Amino acid sequence: MLEDLLTQALKQADQAEIFQVSSLSTPISFEANRLKSVEARDSSGVALRIIKNGRIGFSSTTDMSDMDGLVARAVEMLPFGAKTSIDFPAASEYADVITFDQVTSDLKAEALVEAGSKLIDQLHADWPDIVWSAGVSKSVSTTTLLNSNGCHAQETTSAIGIGMEGTLVKDTDMLFVFEGQSTCRPTIDTDAIIASIERKLNWAEHVAPAPTGSIPVIFTPNAVAGLLLEPLLEGFNGRNIVQSSSPLIEKLGTLVLDPRLSVWDDPTLPFIPGSGAFDGEGIPSSRLPLIKQGVIANFIYDLQTATQAGARSTGNAHRGLGSQPSPDTSVIVIDPGDTSFADMIAGYPKALLVESFLGAGQGNTLGGGFSANVLLGYAVENGKIIGRVKDTMVAGNVYTILKDIDAMGSELEWVDGSLHTPAISCTGVSVSSKA
Amino acid sequence: MRDLIESALKGHNADYIEIRIEDTETTNISFLGRELDSIGHSTGKGGNVRACVKGGWGFASFNDLDSIRSKVEQAISQARMVGNEKTELAEAAPVIAIVPPHIISDPADVPLSEKHRIMEEYLDLLWGGPEIQTSSLRYADGHRRMFYGNSQGTYTEQARIDVNFWASAVARNGGDIQQASISMGSLGDFGLIHRMQSEVAALPHKALEFLAAPQVQGGEYTVVLDPVLAGVFVHEAFGHLSEADHVYENPKLREVMVLGRRFGGEHLNIVDGAKIPDLRGSYQYDEEGMEAQRTDLIREGVLVGRLHSRETAAKMGEKPSGNARAIGYQHPPIVRMTNTIIEPGEATLDDLLEGIKEGVYCKNWYGGMTSMEQFTFSAGETYMIRDGKIAETVRPVMLSGNVFSTLENLDGVGNDLEMNEGGGCGKGGQSPLPVSNGSPHIRLRSCLVGGA
Repeated sequence: MLEDLLTQALKQADQAEIFQVSSLSTPISFEANRLKSVEARDSSGVALRIIKNGRIGFSSTTDMSDMDGLVARAVEMLPFGAKTSIDFPAASEYADVITFDQVTSDLKAEALVEAGSKLIDQLHADWPDIVWSAGVSKSVSTTTLLNSNGCHAQETTSAIGIGMEGTLVKDTDMLFVFEGQSTCRPTIDTDAIIASIERKLNWAEHVAPAPTGSIPVIFTPNAVAGLLLEPLLEGFNGRNIVQSSSPLIEKLGTLVLDPRLSVWDDPTLPFIPGSGAFDGEGIPSSRLPLIKQGVIANFIYDLQTATQAGARSTGNAHRGLGSQPSPDTSVIVIDPGDTSFADMIAGYPKALLVESFLGAGQGNTLGGGFSANVLLGYAVENGKIIGRVKDTMVAGNVYTILKDIDAMGSELEWVDGSLHTPAISCTGVSVSSKA
Repeated sequence: MRDLIESALKGHNADYIEIRIEDTETTNISFLGRELDSIGHSTGKGGNVRACVKGGWGFASFNDLDSIRSKVEQAISQARMVGNEKTELAEAAPVIAIVPPHIISDPADVPLSEKHRIMEEYLDLLWGGPEIQTSSLRYADGHRRMFYGNSQGTYTEQARIDVNFWASAVARNGGDIQQASISMGSLGDFGLIHRMQSEVAALPHKALEFLAAPQVQGGEYTVVLDPVLAGVFVHEAFGHLSEADHVYENPKLREVMVLGRRFGGEHLNIVDGAKIPDLRGSYQYDEEGMEAQRTDLIREGVLVGRLHSRETAAKMGEKPSGNARAIGYQHPPIVRMTNTIIEPGEATLDDLLEGIKEGVYCKNWYGGMTSMEQFTFSAGETYMIRDGKIAETVRPVMLSGNVFSTLENLDGVGNDLEMNEGGGCGKGGQSPLPVSNGSPHIRLRSCLVGGA
């Protein structure tokens, strides 16, 4: 059927591309320490992108009985469409990137319910005052990409994700702890989840006054993901390069950040939900260095931004059904340093250890800025964590604080199945707090 | 559609079943810098079944309408997997209603070429002023038709038309980058698109002004918010906490959020309601077929009500409020805000500024978020207040606070109510949901301002 659609579209265009996704996900949710709902979300749709006389037409639909309408609407867009000089890629050899596991794919809702219940029951038994909620989800999705230049690619990904949240209310004081995992494999490491939650809760037992001023801040892997990553990566995005709105333009090959900082985009890692053999336009995935020992190594492009920048696509086209491809990172990997987390904390007479935030990404991220309320963070005094802070904000600029990193962690952790990073500590971060 | 839904609802063994089917159509135009970035047209057809058995919920969404009967079976068997107590849903008399969409000016009547031409005029406005580095300009309209039926005899057909507009200008000086942006939306009024000229033309000037401006020193200040940002404030600082699904199964939170608790002074009155007409959060029936209401949340500083689904209302023994909403058929309805408003008082802006030796005046919004206890929201523009007067521009700031103490510190309410219809609300993986919020100017004592 997709071949027929391609043929039909080509009657009215110079090039055509079909992107089809079908997915089935099974989210299970637990609220207030018990099972609340079991869902099944079955979705499928197709998007058509055509090029004629150097302009792009696009439309998408979830109504598979309306392929004539799909073509007609894409054609209708052509006179106004974005100018382009891209050629859809020909067939390529793709590396074997494993993102599918039959056991994961076959997992029944009952098994997810059981796994989630076991975890919730244990958490509830260990911390009866905390109200626990959780989401456990399995998804299997198949992406098919077909174009008039010979590319015909298909990939199926299976993934399970789990997220836990505990809320402790003491009058108007509230404590929130989160923990999550995401993988293509069929197993969840529940021991790791419980150990991590226990560690966070122990640190958070007492409330401590926040250290303020321009002070050292230790970012846990979750904090690197939650606060630093977006302002850092925006500067590498081909869209911002093409618009010259990235602070990194003309910085390719230049030492801009601390030489201990090396960052990769690597969608070829096996069993990682963000991995894949090809991107949203059929370009093969590769392990791409973004920052090599502090030097800006590569920007990320899809076909359109690459041709505009006079570069090659880096295989970073990401897309949903209803929108055209746009460059984005896939799986970010940050090289570890040599300071253990324990040593990192032990080294500071006065510092703030941060874990999660509220309102991150609202600041001037385009210029590398960050500013957020600390949802979960701890005061460090004389090398020891003395308690959780409240009513505290952090602000700064990634290009400033990552230029001279104070310590790079030696232990790597996965965050959200899309970032592999150590903890990082930086000096000179602005911390303010209510007296 | 009614026959399809009503026949699929028949002959099952569940405490409650509902079916929703939707037809959607959206058009998007976006410019990045001076160039058209994308233009597209999407259609969607899909639905869902939600079932409740012994208090447990099952939900199945789908695109293939032919599979509807098997999806009903699936949702019921899922619900059965969960349920082991009693199904509790607030009483609702069955409703049969066909509701036409609220239309002032239908974007579907405007040809694509005209929408494109209007956007190019805005592009000229963005680029006709002082030199900027880049810009972003987006337009979207959507038409959503919803067919809903439940096993208790309710059947509704509703439709809504949303129009959205965003613009931003980015200024740059070496590695230093600042942007100024606006977001606006309407329910069923394409005319919105004709009214944004002066705001768009001001963006390049603002971005350059921010670039030249200093950063405020972080810390506590007396803050005055304009009506737009005060609307975002009420949404984040109080609105989310009034959503009963956060509260109803948490005994400690129920104690904290007990009706009758004092949150602020007698000048503080907050309402929410989809029944307030013609706004982005307005509708007639929610996604459980419940009629929209106008709900007093805070009356003279005291908590008097909250937002409910049928389940949360029944479990808390309170009146249902018609606040169960979903962004689309892929999601089950959850408790959401609609149009959330701080009612006006008597103060003028000068009254609010009076006596502030050094403070911060914030206008327009960039974003906001809440954890219930803590909240943050960020300003589109920020100025210092010196000796009771609005003084020099500083870079836009993020503000943060504690829900419980900040409302106590809200000590001045202006007389100039305005509604903010930009942006959208996110919760539980469902974003953006069209909402509106509004307020007059307000003053907050000792508000935490992030900065250098």
